[in-house]
Amino acid sequence: MAMSRDEVFEEVKAVLVDALGLDEDEVTEEATLMGDLGAESIDFLDIVFRLEKAFGIKVPREELFPAENLLNNPDYVSNGKLTAKGLQEFKARMPHTDFSEFEADPDVNRLSDLFTVRSVVNFVESKLNSAA
Amino acid sequence: MRWIWIDKFLEFESGRRAVALKNVTLAEEHLHDHFPGFPVMPECLMIEAMAQTAGILVGEARHFEEKVILAKIKQAVFHDFVRPGDTITLHAEIESIAPEAAGTTGRILRGDDLIAQIDLMFSHIDRNLAGKVFPEENFVFTDMFRSLLAGFVPSAGQESTP
Repeated sequence: MAMSRDEVFEEVKAVLVDALGLDEDEVTEEATLMGDLGAESIDFLDIVFRLEKAFGIKVPREELFPAENLLNNPDYVSNGKLTAKGLQEFKARMPHTDFSEFEADPDVNRLSDLFTVRSVVNFVESKLNSAA
Repeated sequence: MRWIWIDKFLEFESGRRAVALKNVTLAEEHLHDHFPGFPVMPECLMIEAMAQTAGILVGEARHFEEKVILAKIKQAVFHDFVRPGDTITLHAEIESIAPEAAGTTGRILRGDDLIAQIDLMFSHIDRNLAGKVFPEENFVFTDMFRSLLAGFVPSAGQESTP
């Protein structure tokens, strides 16, 4: 049976609490994984593994957290900001993510703010729906 | 020289699980200070023993082509002391493995008694730290490390292909 969004959120929350050693009330939809919840690079892989196990889905890391490879491309980054082309590429790769605030100032240092709990929940939901 | 902290493998199933053994002895000088009159194996060194057991398991799963580095202690729970004269066995299983990393679960036993539960994550470092370059030779899996596997893994004594 399909999971409701609340059920997906609760399961994602449990994954993040375990992976990052958090209290449950720290995990809100708006929380950013790195800034608010203190995730480091290896934690992203841990989260990917745990999501795969919790939801029985396959999660290629570059789908959920694609930033690393794209940032090395000079077409996409100029003077520390994403170019129009870069922004387009990120949006295409991260359909589960809300770019509306980021677009105003596409500073690469603000990219980490895009990885929110909500974006993870959206990602898992889309994976579950496409599998159904 | 590398610091080898397990004595031998008892079981080795490529890509799945392994069991290693360590004998604990008062000849290990750190036990004289940890603690004076009450020698017990430090918990951090139990984690090291598990990291070597699970790390070799993860390395062998990719034919020792990756440089496998302990990246995260997901869980470490200790239930009892380990004393000089004890023989502990380290049971490691691969839970997940991907091109960039692997996750393992593990238990340390003395006989049938559960001593510790230790779950780890390993990074294949050549595939992570973006842009950083490491030496070509695999400085993680040296000959001495691989010698532990003699008799279990026919390829363990051979050169890895770069």
